[in-house]
Amino acid sequence: MTTVPSRPLQSSVAIEDVTSLKERSFGQRLLSSQPFWVTVALLIICVVMAWDQPEAFATADNFYNITRNFAFIGIMAVGMTAVILTGGIDLSVGSIMGLVGVVCGLVLHAEHYWAVAIAAGLLAGAAAGAVNGFLIAYVGLPAFVVTLGMLSVARSLAVVLSENRMIYEFGPWGETFNAIGGGSILGVANPAWALLVLALIFGFIFNFTAWGNYLYAIGSNETAARLTGVPVRRIKMQAYIVSGLTAALASVLTVGWQGSAINALGQGYELRVIASTVIGGADLMGGQGGAYGAVVGAALIEVIRNSLLMAGVDANWQGAFVGLFIVLAVLLQRIRGKRSA
Amino acid sequence: MALLELQGIAKHFGAIEALKGVDLSIDAGEVVGLMGDNGAGKSTLVRVIAGNFRPSEGQIRIAGKAKHFHNPVDARSEGIEVVYQDLALCDNLTAAANVFLGREIKRQVGPFRVLDYPAMYSRVAELFNELKSETRPRDLVKQMSGGQRQAVAIARTRLSNARIVLMDEPTAAISVRQVAEVLDLIRRLRDQGIAVMLISHRMPDVFSVCDRVVVMRRGTKVADKNVHETSPEEVTGLITGAIHTA
Ligand SMILES: Nc1ncnc2c1ncn2[C@@H]1O[C@H](COP(=O)(O)OP(=O)(O)OP(=O)(O)O)[C@@H](O)[C@H]1O
Ligand SMILES: [Mg+2]
Repeated sequence: MTTVPSRPLQSSVAIEDVTSLKERSFGQRLLSSQPFWVTVALLIICVVMAWDQPEAFATADNFYNITRNFAFIGIMAVGMTAVILTGGIDLSVGSIMGLVGVVCGLVLHAEHYWAVAIAAGLLAGAAAGAVNGFLIAYVGLPAFVVTLGMLSVARSLAVVLSENRMIYEFGPWGETFNAIGGGSILGVANPAWALLVLALIFGFIFNFTAWGNYLYAIGSNETAARLTGVPVRRIKMQAYIVSGLTAALASVLTVGWQGSAINALGQGYELRVIASTVIGGADLMGGQGGAYGAVVGAALIEVIRNSLLMAGVDANWQGAFVGLFIVLAVLLQRIRGKRSA
Repeated sequence: MALLELQGIAKHFGAIEALKGVDLSIDAGEVVGLMGDNGAGKSTLVRVIAGNFRPSEGQIRIAGKAKHFHNPVDARSEGIEVVYQDLALCDNLTAAANVFLGREIKRQVGPFRVLDYPAMYSRVAELFNELKSETRPRDLVKQMSGGQRQAVAIARTRLSNARIVLMDEPTAAISVRQVAEVLDLIRRLRDQGIAVMLISHRMPDVFSVCDRVVVMRRGTKVADKNVHETSPEEVTGLITGAIHTA
């Protein structure tokens, strides 16, 4: 995904006339964009499944389940995109989910207002992201190591805080809290609406704000970004806070949907989240990716999982498929990168 | 009073002494050529002036006032613009985004400050036109030729009202016609009273556009002469060390 709007500019006709020969058309750009092909793949799978299993796949119920299921991963993938654009990675999102879930559960259990529980959860996620970001951007430690450390620390905190028990007695405001994550509007699950709104917001931020532009700049040449006066460290730290916040939002919605908080929530999700962004066209080396790609990437993984289930394949194969896909997606990027270089 | 004055500038990288006691001054409207062999310390000197490196010793004065630059933004706010040797471009951004990186034009849309792409594209198209470069504002830098990349880096220095422009080998990768354009641009900058420091390995460029030529060898300044009082032969000798001082 590029920062280029598709509408051509009329005011600079003179220079455009001379040089329009090599200008790539919108169609060409579309054909070379990974999110486009992932969308095509997604549609093909849906059509094939709807034709093969009209009673099971092509139902309102199944649509409801699929969109809700990938919404959680998609929400985190949008935040992860901010981090990956800078050339970083956040391995701690699954553990942050666990920690945030426990925090929300405990606050509700202590009979506090539902909004207090959500605020406490988001704050916990932002704090974990801020610690990651500070160590990476200001201390200069590698993102891989810092977020791997946070993966362990946040999970351990979740276990300690929950005293290794499931929290399900949510107090007087539990019902409202559960309705937010578990409810639906117009036949679509709330988490899916949350994903839609979030993706629109971040699609806008990535493409139309200086902050979004700086993420791409840092990821494609950090030294150049620093030389030209981009506040590199601040932006990098903020990207990790965004990732922590989206993990927290996914957790708040999951806990509400399930009606209980367990400290194992989100275990292993980091790989699915990273896979979603990469399948959707984000480059792990930085500087490339987008909100839409993260969402279709997450959708593709979930639709394939759903299809496998319906085809009678053991659900435990999903891990193998996700792993295979992430490697394939990176391989595809390498091949395309070689061609355009 | 000189516009830019360096006094006793030294820069060490651990045991490496990249610069040793360099004194240099440039007046407004003056073009100074900086020459020297590979590793002589030219780029290091540029980076000290541009606020990328703090000098280990010495002082930088602008219009007589001592300045301490902590980062490139500080130097830019004093009117110092730089074309870096490696161009400092972000491959995944468009030409326009690169030119405006760090000082984007924004527009208020409701409560949001949004990038004003049309304004940036037309301004950058103007700059490329002025440089007579066939570079399209909306193309990704990744897909550009060496000359177009150089045009992007040079266009950056034209965004604001610069007082001092430092160019580190701006003509290294471009065609004969474009070299002439860059040299022309340097003359126009000079006519506007801007001080220019041109680093180049190309003797004819330096002698055609510069008022003065400064030669560096192994971190020290070995010559600082009016172009009319020296010759390409002498400068070559100074660069290689065949002539020691002049
Ligand atoms: N960041 C750095 N760390 C360590 N040493 C450096 C650094 N930057 C430059 N040097 C050293 O300083 C010396 C001068 O380098 P500089 O880049 O200034 O040379 P130059 O005159 O620009 O050469 P060229 O013509 O090849 O561009 C070299 O020996 C180089 O290895
Ligand atoms: Mg150099």
